[in-house]
Amino acid sequence: MLGPLDYLIWLVGFLAEIGVVVYLISRKQTIRYFPIAFYMLCDALVTCGLYYCVHHFGFDSTTYIYFYYYTDSLLNVLMFWVIIKFYQETFAEMGVSKYIRSAAVMLILLTAVFSYAVVHQNRTHLTSHFVVEIGQNFYFVGVVLTYLLWGAILKLRDTRTRLIQLVLALGIYFSADACTYALRNLFPGLEPNFLRWFPPLVGVWLPLAWAYTFAHVQDDARLEPARLMVRAR
Amino acid sequence: MIAAAICVASAVIFLQFFVSYCRSILASSKKIVLSDRVREVTGIANQEVGADDFNRLLQLVRLCPERGDDQSEIRAVGTYYGLLAVLNRVSRPVAPRFSTWLEQERQSCSYFAAVALDRRISYSRDLFTQQITDRL
Repeated sequence: MLGPLDYLIWLVGFLAEIGVVVYLISRKQTIRYFPIAFYMLCDALVTCGLYYCVHHFGFDSTTYIYFYYYTDSLLNVLMFWVIIKFYQETFAEMGVSKYIRSAAVMLILLTAVFSYAVVHQNRTHLTSHFVVEIGQNFYFVGVVLTYLLWGAILKLRDTRTRLIQLVLALGIYFSADACTYALRNLFPGLEPNFLRWFPPLVGVWLPLAWAYTFAHVQDDARLEPARLMVRAR
Repeated sequence: MIAAAICVASAVIFLQFFVSYCRSILASSKKIVLSDRVREVTGIANQEVGADDFNRLLQLVRLCPERGDDQSEIRAVGTYYGLLAVLNRVSRPVAPRFSTWLEQERQSCSYFAAVALDRRISYSRDLFTQQITDRL
């Protein structure tokens, strides 16, 4: 059963997602950040879908559970597109955009084929344990990709504050979610009272952090990335 | 086994990202010079902002009218400061060098709070001036 806090988290997340989309449209930056705008829009639509499922079928219904985990996997695939966009921005000056695009298409196709194969093989017993494991793996792939991207930003000494903050916020999102899913896998007993709060809170974090970055960090703001590392001092 | 490895690796990476994110917010305030007004209000005069001043400065920030655009960054830095304070307490006896670094970070957090206070005071003065102008 969902309480007022669950609905509040949903509402805040939904408003932040719409806020990012509206901001990008109003500043005519939709084309430049199209993957982000598209992801945020899809996330907002999924939030509406989840609300619909809870009200019509109930929180414990199979429909809600299937809708939640399938859309979560689809949003993850979309998020890979966002990461690729960040890779393109980071390596823009090196003129390797073509290779990144090819790698992106391959990665998305592989992810889709792998996900389809796994789900197809397990469709008769799509248990909660299985979906948690899939979620954990998806998020961990995201963690690795974002970590590599952050390494590239440090190595190339990219000073764009906006890109740095967008990537760091994404890294926090992926690592927190991967950690939560792994903990759910290890300790299923913690799920009902403790761990169930983490995915929605982390889900709210990302649109809020991105909304903050777009609204407060100017496009031409610069920052020395090496200063952000603990070992750099 | 795989889940445990993913859990540990993600937790370590999470901490790295979180610290870097907070430092990216703090970095923006480091370049700003505090006004004489805020130095006078906080009593920090010519000396540097102390690492332990954070909570006192934050209380003063809360006394000022909200600007509406700095809440999230104040909250993020507040969480970071809390984490640093706990680590500082734990590490001081065993790792003095790490503790020194933590102290510098806490000082950066306090400086950030002082800059936030400076902005809010300026905002309050602007509001006051605007009200006076409207009455006239």
